[in-house]
Amino acid sequence: MTMFINFLYAAITSGTPLMFGTLGEIITEKAGNLNLGVEGMMAIGAIAGFYVGYTTNSVILAVIASFVAGIFAALIYAFLTVTLKANQNVTGLTLTIFGIGLSNFLGDYIRTAAGETTLQLSTEFTAKLATYKIPLLGDIPYIGHLFFDHNPFVYFGVILCIIAGIYVKYTRAGLNMRAVGENPAAADAAGININFVKYFNILLGGGICGIGGAYISLVLCGGVWTQSCVDGLGWIAVALVIFANWNPFACILGSFVFGAFRVLKFYVPKEVISIPDAIFDMLPFLITAIVLVITSIRKSKERSQPAGCGVNYFREER
Amino acid sequence: MNSVRTKNHEPFIRVVKKPEMPTSKAVILRIASFVLAIAVGGLFILAIGHNPFEVYKEMVMGCFRSKIALQGTVKIIVPLLITSLGVTLAYKMKFWNIGAEGQMLMGGIFASYFALFQNDMPHWALLIVSFLAGCIGGAIWGIIPAFFKVKFGTNETLFTLMLNYIALYIIDFLRHETWRDPGARGFPKIASFASNARIGAVFDLQGGWVVALIMVVAVFVLLKYTKFGYEISVVGESQSTARYAGMSVKKVVILTMALSGAICGSAGMIKAMGSDYTLTLGLADGVGFTAIIVAWLGQLNPFIILLITIFFSIIEKGSGVIQSTFNISVFTSDVLQGIILFFIIASEFFTRYSFAFKKGGKSK
Amino acid sequence: MDDKKNVPYAIQCKGITKTFGPVVANDNIELTVKSGEILALLGENGSGKTTLMNMLSGIYHPDSGSIFVRGQEVSIASPKDSQNLGIGMIHQHFKLVDVFSAKDNIVAGTKTDKRLSGKKLSEKVKDISKKYGLEIDPDKKTYNMSVSEKQTVEILKVLYRGADILILDEPTAVLTPQETDKLFAILRNMKENGCAVIIITHKLNEVMAISDRVTILRKGKSVATVNTAETNIQELTELMVGRKVSLEIDRPKVEQTENLFEVHHLMVKNDEGYYALNDVSFNLNGGEILGVAGVAGSGQKELCEAIAGLIPADKGAVLYKKENIIGKSPAEIIKMGISMSFIPEDRLGMGLVASMGMTENMMLKTYKNTKSPFVDKKPSRELALKLIDQLEIVTPGVNTPVSRLSGGNVQKVLLGREIESNPNLLITAYPVRGLDINSSYTIYHLLNEQKKKGVAVLYIGEDLDVLLELCDRIMVLCHGEITGIVKSDEVTKEEIGLMMAGEKKAGKDGATA
Repeated sequence: MTMFINFLYAAITSGTPLMFGTLGEIITEKAGNLNLGVEGMMAIGAIAGFYVGYTTNSVILAVIASFVAGIFAALIYAFLTVTLKANQNVTGLTLTIFGIGLSNFLGDYIRTAAGETTLQLSTEFTAKLATYKIPLLGDIPYIGHLFFDHNPFVYFGVILCIIAGIYVKYTRAGLNMRAVGENPAAADAAGININFVKYFNILLGGGICGIGGAYISLVLCGGVWTQSCVDGLGWIAVALVIFANWNPFACILGSFVFGAFRVLKFYVPKEVISIPDAIFDMLPFLITAIVLVITSIRKSKERSQPAGCGVNYFREER
Repeated sequence: MNSVRTKNHEPFIRVVKKPEMPTSKAVILRIASFVLAIAVGGLFILAIGHNPFEVYKEMVMGCFRSKIALQGTVKIIVPLLITSLGVTLAYKMKFWNIGAEGQMLMGGIFASYFALFQNDMPHWALLIVSFLAGCIGGAIWGIIPAFFKVKFGTNETLFTLMLNYIALYIIDFLRHETWRDPGARGFPKIASFASNARIGAVFDLQGGWVVALIMVVAVFVLLKYTKFGYEISVVGESQSTARYAGMSVKKVVILTMALSGAICGSAGMIKAMGSDYTLTLGLADGVGFTAIIVAWLGQLNPFIILLITIFFSIIEKGSGVIQSTFNISVFTSDVLQGIILFFIIASEFFTRYSFAFKKGGKSK
Repeated sequence: MDDKKNVPYAIQCKGITKTFGPVVANDNIELTVKSGEILALLGENGSGKTTLMNMLSGIYHPDSGSIFVRGQEVSIASPKDSQNLGIGMIHQHFKLVDVFSAKDNIVAGTKTDKRLSGKKLSEKVKDISKKYGLEIDPDKKTYNMSVSEKQTVEILKVLYRGADILILDEPTAVLTPQETDKLFAILRNMKENGCAVIIITHKLNEVMAISDRVTILRKGKSVATVNTAETNIQELTELMVGRKVSLEIDRPKVEQTENLFEVHHLMVKNDEGYYALNDVSFNLNGGEILGVAGVAGSGQKELCEAIAGLIPADKGAVLYKKENIIGKSPAEIIKMGISMSFIPEDRLGMGLVASMGMTENMMLKTYKNTKSPFVDKKPSRELALKLIDQLEIVTPGVNTPVSRLSGGNVQKVLLGREIESNPNLLITAYPVRGLDINSSYTIYHLLNEQKKKGVAVLYIGEDLDVLLELCDRIMVLCHGEITGIVKSDEVTKEEIGLMMAGEKKAGKDGATA
């Protein structure tokens, strides 16, 4: 039982960066833009968060910095695809190359400038990212440890997903944004400011991805700056969007499921089932591929990628 | 609604579509944006405290100044060029395939089987068999998304992305388990290929360049002069027109993706047997993604793609050179690449649209 | 109007000009509409009606000229501005989000009642519906709606925003006559409530039925505005076309080959699983033009596609020279000499490759005829040059993408290619869609030439007058069923109109001509 709880606990911890990346991409795609630059935005968020954490020792400033950095990265994408109507795939891929490069470059640059061999966060800082047990709830046997005894990022991510879910599904702004993502011509005719909605959501999505990057560099990497630390998590987030059905609430569970896949190999006793680690690592992608095929077979109009996703809108082009 | 709005707020700036640009003007525009991009990249170099002219010069020189330098550059050019040609076919058909990574990896895996375990054939036979195996591996990884696309309309962009990872973990599996090199003292890796399974040099350069150049011409001819190429273009433009003309859209999509995947797969084979001499997780290493950008920048024209590939390879190779010469981070090249790309992507806008500014009362 | 200076026009356009590249879509247009009035905007296809209205709704921005709303000069930079001015436009192609419910479509983009949701919203929608006599289930998803339901949502969308100036772009094209009557009742209701209504149309009988005044556009210019009560169809036609029109299309008598083509009990399902064609049977002789009449979406498209082998038939037989072609591939059917030219609404969607030049479009159906794996462009180039010469196609060159040609030229390219393939059966759907009268006559002439050569022509058209003049017989479709096949010199337009509405003609007396 303890083993199982530990497994689930680890699933939550390792799923959290995915939660941010996926949520960011869900918001972006709901507004009709497929941004393949998640990996790059997370990388830029990672170095920004790390640098500010490293210099100021403030978690809040670090998170804000990563959020702002994510917005900056998304701004490049938004300007090119929304204002200049550039191909979304190419722009997103370029943002990934640029983002990883910039992140690593800055990592090198800061390290050289500081004259250190490694960049290490202060113990004072890492202590702030320890787990916080929520009073009362945290004392429930098993469940308490599993759900209410985490580092602040985990709580923050879940709350963010819930807020985003309410925003997307139940507010007028969310309705407008979905209209833009599904059918920009209809949204335009309805008087919705397409460019504003797109910019707002792309930037918001980018900022959230940036926070996901900060979680990786500040928490997952154990306080030491690691080059290319995002290491494909951004791409998994893009996949997870499909798995979560473009639904911010499902994003919470989806992230933990994917997190579980990522740590499953450490918890399945080899003497019970002997499956190579690589197969475990492959599982999330295999399952996402299958989910993708199943959703396309069902041809459900509502549980699939927003219809306007990937196509730029120009009012006079009809 | 009874309140009357009188506020005259004609927007200061509006986007207007313009008639298609003549090719000559579009070329000038692209060259101009390219020069501007290089200039802005130069500012970036200046900002990190180096002389941009020297750095650029060193980058270019570093790729060509010696035989060894040139050999290294060619090893970067060949897989990128071939993969770009592969994705060109898919994109001509407007099949948004981002699975070239996976197709390269599968090509590498299939070829490596022969390189590792069937390497007692004569050298040329082994190379040809491995090449074909690589093509088949890549083709399978191209056919799968094509099949689901034509059968169920499965989104190919997301599906091919997943296939990339599945291919990657197949290699991971092989290096840990089935193909693990027992001689590596517990380190999970696949053994190096025997010398019989390595692509030799032609005129001192890795032989892959011959294949790559043949493919440039072949893809150009295929797209421009053959019936199949014509079918690809028609299907890409309008599937209903293609059906109307009596084409089998499904067949064209699947065949094209098979060919596209096969070409990418062959790039994987050449990289593994011509540069890495083994099969590693780093076989594709983002080349499949860069290839998409190259193909797009090259306007799906194989000869322009050749030029763009050379340019990208210079940046790639040059970054290693400037690291040793100026002690600049290797990652500078990625940043430079990104900046240059952003500019070229932005310039595309001006070939199709322009801005109209508000002019006191009467606009244009 | 001078005495009414204190009651300004709801909308007044002065000297509106709009160009697209070299094309002048609107040239110095004048237009006015008062509150409590229905204005018909009449004009041929391509005369600039939709362009003008799109400027009122903020889709386009005029190059010059001014727009006054309720007496104040305004600048409409976006659909939002247009809405804020109380203007609502119902586009010909509905602008609805498929996955939204009716009420979500209605409220999206509005600022008011932000907290209104769920049941309360549904009630408010129902209230408005009741006021104007509209019927809609607020929670029904758009993708489950029929065309007329979607139109109802569009109208509600506009009313919910409190618009009192309504613009409807060809609203009846997709409606049955009964639905049209219902729509007109609603529009009259709005007029009573003080709304200004502009209805865009090219159907003269509708102009006469619904409007108070008519403004006529011709080739981008506003040529006249008349009171409906003081005019008649003949006068309107002349104003619209610009000269005295005798709709006299040549109908040569030709020796016919009996039953070159037969369709027996054809059943075809559409995407939603309904029968788009239900038990359709007819015959077609060589040297004959058989017209097909019907409200848009009565099964015309499916008929073309089923004959061309593009969609499968559930039941029935299609005999060509007594050979059943059901189950054959499109390529085989093309080889047999059956040629289809379908002009879809966007003109280029089917039959031509927009980004390719004439040469490459010429070989679309013939490129397979040679054995070599390479394409031979020479004959295609020669054919292209020949067509340019014969049909007076205006193009900078044979390699200029056809998307850059004007609508009329595009249609000549398409039809010219089909005719050059020497078909025995020519199916042509809406070949004059979007053409002015002169170009239309060129097309009719081409079709008659084919008829004289003994080709069987199936002509799917919109304009009943043309069908009556051009075709030997007319087949009427309604909801996928044939309501009658009649000889065109033994029938009146009114009778065809009734058949289009579903009234079956007793005894298919025209079935064997």
